[in-house]
Formats: sequence, structure tokens, C-alpha cells
Amino acid sequence: METLMAFVVGVLYATAIYMILRRSIVKLVIGLVLLSNAANLLLFTSAGMTRGAPPLVPQGATVPAGVVADPLAQALILTAIVIGFGVLAFAVVLIRRAYEVVQADDMNQMKDTDT
Amino acid sequence: MNMQSLILRTAGQFILPLLLLFSLFLLLRGHNEPGGGFIAGLVAASAVSLHLFAMDTAAARRILLAAPRDLIGWGLTLGVVSAVPSIFLGEPFFTSIWFELTLPVLGTLKLGTPLFFDVGVYMVVVGSVLTIVLNLAEEH
Amino acid sequence: MSSSLSLTVALPILIPLLSGALSVAGWRSLRVQRGVALLGTAALLVASILLLHATWQADFLVMEMGNWPAPFGIVLVSDLLGAIMVLLTGITGFATAVYSLSTINERYSRFGYYPLMHLLLAGVNGAFLTGDIFNLYVWFEVMLVASFALLILGGERAQMEGAIKYVTLNLVSSAMFLSAIGLLYGLVGTLNMADIAVKLGEVEDTGLVTVISMLFLVAFGIKAAAFPFFFWLPASYHTPQVAVSALFAGLLTKVGVYSLFRVFTLVFSAAEPLTHTLLLWTAGLTMLTGVLGAAAQFEFRRILSFHIISQIGYMLMGLALAPLSALALVGGIFYIMHHIIVKANLFLISGLVFCLRGSYDLKQLGGLYREKPLLAMLFLIPALSLAGLPPLSGFFAKYIVIRAGVETESWWLVGTALVVGLLTLYSMIKIWAEVFWKAQPEDVDLTPPQTGSLVPLYLTIAGLAALTVCVGLFAQPVFELAERAAEQLLNPSLYIDAVLGGRA
Repeated sequence: METLMAFVVGVLYATAIYMILRRSIVKLVIGLVLLSNAANLLLFTSAGMTRGAPPLVPQGATVPAGVVADPLAQALILTAIVIGFGVLAFAVVLIRRAYEVVQADDMNQMKDTDT
Repeated sequence: MNMQSLILRTAGQFILPLLLLFSLFLLLRGHNEPGGGFIAGLVAASAVSLHLFAMDTAAARRILLAAPRDLIGWGLTLGVVSAVPSIFLGEPFFTSIWFELTLPVLGTLKLGTPLFFDVGVYMVVVGSVLTIVLNLAEEH
Repeated sequence: MSSSLSLTVALPILIPLLSGALSVAGWRSLRVQRGVALLGTAALLVASILLLHATWQADFLVMEMGNWPAPFGIVLVSDLLGAIMVLLTGITGFATAVYSLSTINERYSRFGYYPLMHLLLAGVNGAFLTGDIFNLYVWFEVMLVASFALLILGGERAQMEGAIKYVTLNLVSSAMFLSAIGLLYGLVGTLNMADIAVKLGEVEDTGLVTVISMLFLVAFGIKAAAFPFFFWLPASYHTPQVAVSALFAGLLTKVGVYSLFRVFTLVFSAAEPLTHTLLLWTAGLTMLTGVLGAAAQFEFRRILSFHIISQIGYMLMGLALAPLSALALVGGIFYIMHHIIVKANLFLISGLVFCLRGSYDLKQLGGLYREKPLLAMLFLIPALSLAGLPPLSGFFAKYIVIRAGVETESWWLVGTALVVGLLTLYSMIKIWAEVFWKAQPEDVDLTPPQTGSLVPLYLTIAGLAALTVCVGLFAQPVFELAERAAEQLLNPSLYIDAVLGGRA
């Protein structure tokens, strides 16, 4: 399973970088979405994949029963997804505004601030 | 933005209260079982978004009672404030504090600062998702 | 740890969060927001002074959030470097809040300038104080989201274009940071930086460790605008409101530098041959490209933006030479202290010039020495300090770093640093000659923008200039502070013991 996931992560990174390098801003944002997902999946995979119950301690016990999944990795990914969601929502609003101002979906039209 | 779909509008009227109730359920369930302020907030936000698609933005704003931006502000304040009481009890910041209330009919009610924090998170999530959604929807 | 001390560590994060929340709640009234901003940043400044004082006495302040013991919970750690950075944040934040009184009007506050400013300060302080690598990532993102929104406040074309580049490169950097954290967690199974430092020492697969450390180097290098990842900075920093530019120029890249300092002294070793060589080259090339870029510019804020890059080079030089000479690290820390104040001040001055004349273009400006001699003097102080003339703060900063370079016989780097210092002086003289000395060109027609009273602007600029002079005149105590901070960084076991309390 880990090997398969490693390939998926690799493909995601590759696709993301390809998309980011395109001239179109919409594709740039798609690339960023893929990139953040690739990073999340990498975090998930490298923390180790176990098939287990939710890590909750039953009433009266001091340790969880049976095999449990690592809660920390899941907490991290949840946080990362939330952050990614917020940032990408902003990016979408940004390209929309930029499109209205510049009237083009082309990075080559956005050279005003280059030096 | 108005899709003018009779089916969506009719179904929406039934689904909206259900979804809102479900989000409350998730919010309260969060402490001991999977759930919590964040996903409950998302469910509530999606309920309002559904209402927005079925009706219009004005209707969506009406069920919110407050402007989404204010929700962020008050939610954030509640979240920060809920972390503070522990300091007065000599515990590090963010330590959870529990207290029990005995209500006349209902029995005992256990309340704690994590609940207030979760409610704060809930408000921030609803507020921020809907700020973005409503802004994008109203641009048309 | 007693609760009052634990409060001291948390306050620099709590205060801006709370003032941010209050300022969202008081969204409708500009007066309320201004009041909250002034009070909030003043309280932050006081809290940061208290924190530095407490840290100076106790060496390390560690607070376990929610009473979860390290390494399981998230800890806030204040060592001297962190406390110094928090103090600098407090100074910059307060200065910006005063400055904003007359430059930020309804048009900007309506889009949330004030709440975002508080959020940015909270993010920056959080990054300086956290002892948990994933928490560092979270604070980075808090800071970034706030900075994205601040950057496009006003919504002009240049801002949109600058923001797209800024957002893209910073998101790429964040993704790398997150990937590095993922790999690190897979390798050592902990997120507490002190605990990581202990466990990394036991790891046998050094190849993977090198990969992770390089990912961190690139991720923080992008944030710090080090060569060759600096392109986003001159493309975006001259576009927003001046108060925002000053805040960014003072703080944001320095968070990247701080993270490099932290990670490459505590978690990884900068003495690793590959890291060391890379840092040396990066430092030299960052200095050089920054200053050469500035020489080609004729726009006030673009020149300053390029100079941020070249100054980052000096700080990195301090870090790069740290394994060979402790003095280098002292110099790096001193440099950060000097730089944040001076650079924020120069941006604020460019904004005052804009308020008076209505342009940032050097070719359209002129005659300000005759008209506003006081402003001209106030410009000279940070400008000459930036170039490194005695007795100002920049002289000592450069002197310590270069002295360390001489001690370690890194002649190429010393030569570069000296040449770059000279070119910085050239840039500053160019601004002086064009903006202040030459007569106002007659054929240009400029209309100054509508602003409130200019008194707050003068006050902030004069206050920061006075600080620069003080750091220069009383360099000895500042040096001692930097020296103790560097000592702590060079003995990571102190930090580890303070956090893990001998449990490791």
C-alpha cells in the first residue's frame, strides 16, 4: 500500500509542477491545489499506514483496545487541509480579481511589476 | 445567483433544518466521539450554501442572523477567551477546565472550556466559509 | 512553571489575536479600530519587553499548552533569540499602528486592514515562540494568509500582479515545508523540535536526513528571499500601502531567516559540509544580486526592496560562518536587530515622501532638502545606518559579521560583504541626491494624495531613527544581548534540556 501511495504522491507532485509552469493562471491555481494535496498525502503516507480503530480510550480503560491508527498524523493532515483550503479559497478570489483587472488569463500579460 | 429549480427549493426547505440540527449534533458530540466545531461548522456552512443555491443570497443572509464577518470576529474572541480562565487557576494557558451544573429537572450538566472553544471554532468556520461564498455569489 | 511566567510567554500571541478579534467585532467604526490597534500594539510592545526581561533572567521560558507535557503537547519556548525577535515585532507593530493613523483611511479599513495587521503580528510572534515544528508551519500560514490579503488591499493592477507571484512562490515554499515535516515525522515520529534534535542524532539513514534538511533550506530560503529564490520580493513589496510594505519589509523575510537560524542550529547542524557550503554561497550571492538589482532601479520602494535581499545575505553569512566562529552568529543576530528597525523606517520615509509629493519615482522627485530639512536629516540616519557608517547601528552589525569573516579567513565572503556595503552606500546616496538634493524637476506635474495630519508619520520616523542611533551609541549592551542569544543557539543541549526537562 505504501509503495502504491508513494507513486501516487510522485505523480501528484509531477502534475502539480507541470501545471504551475503553464502560462494560464487558472492552471497555475490547479497546480497549487494539486501541490498542496501531494504534500498532504506525503505526510499521510510517511507517517505510516495502519488499519485500525479510532484512537479512543474506552470508558474505564487507560489504553485504547486493539490496533489504533496514529491520531497525530491525521490531526496534522486535517490542519493542513484546512489551511490549504483557506489559502486556496483566497487564491481563487485573487485570480478572479486579477482577471477582472488585467483582462487576461496569461502570465505573460502580467509583467508590470517585473524588473 | 438563482437556479429557480422547484425541486431544489422544495427539498431545500426540508433539508435545511435537518442539516442545521445535524451540525449542532456534531458540535456537541465532538468531545468524546468523532465530531467537533470544525466539521460541524462546515456542515452548517454547506446547509446555508444549499439554501443560497435554492433561493438567493438575501435569503441565505437572513437565516444567518448576523453578518458572516461578525461571526468570525465573535467566534475568534470566544475561542481566545475560552483559553484564558485556566491562567487564573494557576494552570498553563489552554488547560481545559470542567465544572458541573445541577439543573432541577434535567440532572447534571457537565460544561467545560473546550465546549466554548469548539463553539468559537464553529462560528469562525461558518463565518469564513460564508464570507467567501457570499462574496463570490454576490459579484454576479 | 508558575502561571504568571506562562502567561508572559503566551501574551505576545494572545494580545494581537484578541485585538484582531475585537477589531473585527468593531468593523464598522474606523475610530474603534484605530483605538484597538494603538492599544493592542502598545500592549504587545510592553508584553514583549516583559518577555525579554523574563527570558534574560531565566534563560529559557517553556510553556506547555493545555498542560500536555512535552514532547506530546505543543510547547511555547522563549529563548533569547525568540524574545529579541518578539520585541522587534512589538516595535515594528507599534510603529506601524501609529503610522497608519493618518495613512489608512476608510477605503482600506473597510477591507479589513486592521484585523489583518493584528493577525499578521500574531502569526509572526507565534512563529518566533513555538517549539513545535508543525506549529511553526501553522503560524507561517496564519502569517501568509494575512499577508496575502494585506498585499492586495486597494486592488490596483500592480498589486494583483505582484500578489500572484508572491502567493505562488510562498505556496510552493509552504508545500515544501509541509513535505519536509511529513518526511521528518515519518523518520523520527515526533514534532517537538527539541525531541527531533535528540532523535535525529540516533538516525542512521543520513541520506534521508540530508534530503529533509535541504527541503527545509529551500522552503525557508524562499520565505527569507535568499538567492536564487528572491524573485517574488521585488515583484510585490513596492505595490501595497506603505504601512503594509514596512511591516512586510521589517518582519516577513526575517521570519524565514529566524527559522533558518533555529532549524540549522537546533535540529540540523550548519556544520554539515553540504549545508555549510550551500549557506556560504547563498549568503554571498544573495548580498551581491540584491545590491546590484537595487543599483539598476529608480523607484524608491523598489530600491529598498532589493536592499532587503542584500541585507538578508549578511544575516545568512552570520549563520553560515557560525560553525567556525561564534562571533559570526552574534553578528547575524545583531544584524537582524539593526535591520528590522532601519528597513521598516526607510519604507515609512518613502511613504512620507509620497504623502508630500505624490510619487515614488526618483526622477520626478527633488528639492526636499530645501523644503523639509528635518525629513532629510531623518532620512540620513537610517540610510547611512543601512550602508554601515559609524556610529550608527549598521556599522556595528556589519563590523561584527565581517570581523567574523576575517577570523575564519573567508576572504571571498569578506570581500563581497565590503563591496556590497559600498554599493549600498551608492544606492542611498542616489536616493539622497535625487529625492532631497537636486531641485524639484519643473516639467512634472504631481498631485500629492489626500492624507490626514502628517504628525504621526514624523513621530514614528523620528522614534525609529532615535532607536537606530541608540543601538549605535549603546552597542555594548546590545552586543551582549546578541552574544548571550548566540551562546544559547550554539549549545542546543541547553534548549533541549529546558524543553524536555531531562526526560529525554
